[in-house]
Amino acid sequence: MNHSPSPQGGDVLLSVRNLSKRFHTASGPVKAVEDVSFDVGRGRIVGIVGESGSGKTTAGRCILRLVEPSEGEAVFDGVDLFKLPEKALRAYRRRMQIIFQDPYSSLNPRMRVGDIIGEAIDTHGLAKGAARQARIADLLARVGLSPEHARRYPHEFSGGQRQRIGIARALAVEPELIVADEPVSALDVSVQAQVLNLIQELQKELGLTMLFISHDLTVVEYLCDDIVVLYLGRIMEQGPSREVYANPRHPYTKALLSTAPIPDPTVRRERVILQGDIPSPLDPPSGCVFRTRCPFAIEACAKAVPPRESVSPSHSVACIRQAELATLATQKVTA
Amino acid sequence: MAAVLSAPSPLTATLPEDVVLRAEDLHTHFIVGERAAKSVDGVTLTVRRGETLAVVGESGSGKSVTSLSIMRLLAHPGRIVRGKILYRMRDGTVVDLATLPEKRMRAIRGKEIAMIFQEPMTSLNPLYTVGDQIMEMIRLHEPVSRHEARQRARQMLELVEIPAAEKRLDQYPHEMSGGMRQRVMIALALSCNPALLIADEPTTALDVTIQAQILDLMRRLQRDIGMSILFITHNLGVVAEIAHEVAVMYAGRVVEQAPVEALFARPRHPYTKGLLACIPNPERDRAADGARLMLNPIPGNVPSVLNLPPGCTYAPRCPLVEPRCEGEAPGLVPAGPGHLSRCFRHELL
Amino acid sequence: MAAVSIAPAPRITTLILQRKTLAIGLAVILAIALFALLAPLIAPYAPNKLSIVNRLKPPSGTYFFGTDEFGRDIFSRTIYAGRLSLTVGAAATVFAGVIGITLGLVAGFFRRADTVIARIVDAMMAFPDILLAIALVAALGPSLATVIVALGIVYAPRLARIVRASTLVIRELPYVEAARALGVPTWRIMTRHVLRNLVSPILVQATFIFAYAMLAEASLSFLGVGVSPEIPTWGTMIASGRQYVGQADWMTIFPGVAIILSVLSLQLVGDGLRDLLDPRLRKDL
Ligand SMILES: Nc1ncnc2c1ncn2[C@@H]1O[C@H](COP(=O)(O)OP(=O)(O)OP(=O)(O)O)[C@@H](O)[C@H]1O
Ligand SMILES: Nc1ncnc2c1ncn2[C@@H]1O[C@H](COP(=O)(O)OP(=O)(O)O)[C@@H](O)[C@H]1O
Ligand code: SF4
Ligand code: SF4
Ligand SMILES: [Mg+2]
Ligand SMILES: [Mg+2]
Repeated sequence: MNHSPSPQGGDVLLSVRNLSKRFHTASGPVKAVEDVSFDVGRGRIVGIVGESGSGKTTAGRCILRLVEPSEGEAVFDGVDLFKLPEKALRAYRRRMQIIFQDPYSSLNPRMRVGDIIGEAIDTHGLAKGAARQARIADLLARVGLSPEHARRYPHEFSGGQRQRIGIARALAVEPELIVADEPVSALDVSVQAQVLNLIQELQKELGLTMLFISHDLTVVEYLCDDIVVLYLGRIMEQGPSREVYANPRHPYTKALLSTAPIPDPTVRRERVILQGDIPSPLDPPSGCVFRTRCPFAIEACAKAVPPRESVSPSHSVACIRQAELATLATQKVTA
Repeated sequence: MAAVLSAPSPLTATLPEDVVLRAEDLHTHFIVGERAAKSVDGVTLTVRRGETLAVVGESGSGKSVTSLSIMRLLAHPGRIVRGKILYRMRDGTVVDLATLPEKRMRAIRGKEIAMIFQEPMTSLNPLYTVGDQIMEMIRLHEPVSRHEARQRARQMLELVEIPAAEKRLDQYPHEMSGGMRQRVMIALALSCNPALLIADEPTTALDVTIQAQILDLMRRLQRDIGMSILFITHNLGVVAEIAHEVAVMYAGRVVEQAPVEALFARPRHPYTKGLLACIPNPERDRAADGARLMLNPIPGNVPSVLNLPPGCTYAPRCPLVEPRCEGEAPGLVPAGPGHLSRCFRHELL
Repeated sequence: MAAVSIAPAPRITTLILQRKTLAIGLAVILAIALFALLAPLIAPYAPNKLSIVNRLKPPSGTYFFGTDEFGRDIFSRTIYAGRLSLTVGAAATVFAGVIGITLGLVAGFFRRADTVIARIVDAMMAFPDILLAIALVAALGPSLATVIVALGIVYAPRLARIVRASTLVIRELPYVEAARALGVPTWRIMTRHVLRNLVSPILVQATFIFAYAMLAEASLSFLGVGVSPEIPTWGTMIASGRQYVGQADWMTIFPGVAIILSVLSLQLVGDGLRDLLDPRLRKDL
């Protein structure tokens, strides 16, 4: 099988291979994720970006077995999570956690904060009685809340504080991998920066590995070591984020990066404004799924799904014209 | 009541020729029993003819209430309790929207000032085709035949670059994508040729590639039609792309207004400065060896509009706070060419 | 549901007294229940004591609520009838609750069970309540217990439907997903995360079922398949009073008022409990 380039650093904690997920709906199968492969190195933050409906959340939920994947494997520390029976999976649930986008619906409104975090501790029998309370207090302090907050209900907190509670719940079981599904998207900029700092501190202190799902390219550039670009369920480009941001090779990545608004009115970039909308995942285009909006599409693009081509040891692109377009670009510069 | 009859209004002289809209010390409160939510508590802003004023602020800062006050579409128990909203009509007369009788307001909505919202699905009627909705809007304000209205509706869809416009006229909102619906909203808003368009977070619900399309469209329409735009957003990146002027809101007040370059080059209010520092910037936030540096967030939270601090509302979070700030509310004062700041210590910035 | 609270629980009596409607509702329903319970002490006459000379007497000092066509004292009968009516209403509601909530939760969580349960529920709801109840009582043989069981079965589908629909929504919420990601067992997710958030719709529905069950019991008695006719219930009293409407209205008015008072007070209690159990509405803590 085609192997995705492994990230720098060697030690791979999670390796996703040929992951596909089809949802069977009344109007037919929805191809939410198709043949996605990537590696997550231990201690690294991997960003998954893409427009709405590109399959980011579905990929994350499949890896955690919150929905059943249709195909593929996810090898976590040597074990294929997709093959584990429900019972055996429970032990792994402790090692992988998730943080959600919506700070409101992600906490049970009828449970006290202490019970929300306590449930995580109880489920895995990590502590009892006074030790349990101490642990809850410690987790709250760690995410910047105070132990007294354990007694309160979620509705008494602001969006940013609720997001901290969600993070504390995830940390309660001392996971190694955290899937963070747009954890700061619903927050105001000033609070977003607070939570981004918290995530980084925790990541460094606890040596966490993260899958950071986001549609905010500025945040991903800042936070992530590696990046995976999804479009209509397929990977368009992947690699170390500095390399991809400095030298995007896929036409979709280029368009995405050029249209992300930058807070500086003096920067006048050459924008690639894509025409039209994302096609329906019920009926994705043949061949390259991006071809209906790609400014460089040619007939051959409709024929076959473009194979992944490496442009550097850890940077790969799924576009049949990437080499040609790269030389075109340099010619333009020299001309 | 500043009833404007046939004689030129006394207000006309108070507004410079190139200004379309000027809110002066606007206060809009939601009063429930003893408590007043001071959602808008001193908004002063100016929209110039043919320009875009971006109003930027975090959620709850009063952006939407400001725009609804201008349109006089406030839901009960919201009320304009103080201040003026001067608007220059197309015929040159100036009216105060804050006190204008509802009957005259109705003639202004749609025809003089139009509005588009964040969620295009909820502001389009799901039971009618988009063609019917645009035609209704046109015929509400102008005595034209159905046939003529349909022609105009088609032209409007073409104007907002909707392909196969004739076919789209007969479609329902749910048959369209989010970006397409936002285009329809814009077409609807522009169908009676308003002089001012108020857009409340029109791209917030859209993906970046679609947002780029809509921003591009709005810029082009402004250039071609020459309308003025009041563009509400919480995204400073979008501000940099679309605005000529920027008004920054915090806790119900405009704390700074300036031309866009000036604002980003040298913000003259600690809040604006803090907000800009919160947005990750790969050049600023990486050490020489490529290691990530921590961001500089603004500490604390936005105060509740039910319980605003006395004096400067930013004082609890401000790094420059001094004793005076907690007792006395700063006014909006000049801080550079065309630059206004509501801070006692703006010289320090 | 071992939700270990960290805060010292505020005294429940204080919480109840702070809510006027809840306190009033509780007071009324408790008073009615007390009257029923202490009927032998309070009732001036035996409930079935005939007195043909005094038949169809209007309310007076001797007969507070008047008498029926056999001269039995309506006041005494109303008090005695409360015993059975309230028992039938409460027991049928509890029975319907246990069956309905369980079925609803299971249907909401397990797709395979859902197809079966949904079909049964739909089939049952297609029948008129009374017809179904009659069939069940006829099949089980009429007695107090069978009436309760039959009414419980008849009303369970209503709860099952509501619980299932809400379960389908709640189980997709991120906090349920978070619990799944933590490895929380399904039955705990059902009780802690789903059921707890269903308290209000269930309480509202339960007060309705209580009322319906009391009325349905009356119809069953009227049709002769209910509780044995010697024991008065509010339902049987209204049923027999129907022939004398316009002539002896008190025969229907007093048991009717008893039913209405019980139902209204129960609804107040339901509303109050709903607020009490919802931390978002519990501002005073
Ligand atoms: N339970 C489901 N049943 C059917 N289709 C689904 C389901 N969940 C997701 N999908 C579809 O799968 C595709 C990918 O969805 P997903 O939620 O993973 O996207 P995303 O990249 O996370 O988008 P967003 O940025 O909006 O969160 C979409 O077309 C979506 O409609
Ligand atoms: N109908 C209403 N009743 C009471 N308060 C309201 C109402 N509408 C808005 N507010 C309050 O006014 C403040 C400003 O709201 P808004 O203008 O919508 O903020 P934004 O800047 O996010 O658009 C908020 O605190 C909000 O809670
Ligand atoms: S394969 Fe073709 S359509 Fe796809 S991105 Fe490359 S050039 Fe565009
Ligand atoms: S007035 Fe004072 S508290 Fe307010 S922004 Fe200026 S320095 Fe800060
Ligand atoms: Mg998602
Ligand atoms: Mg708003």
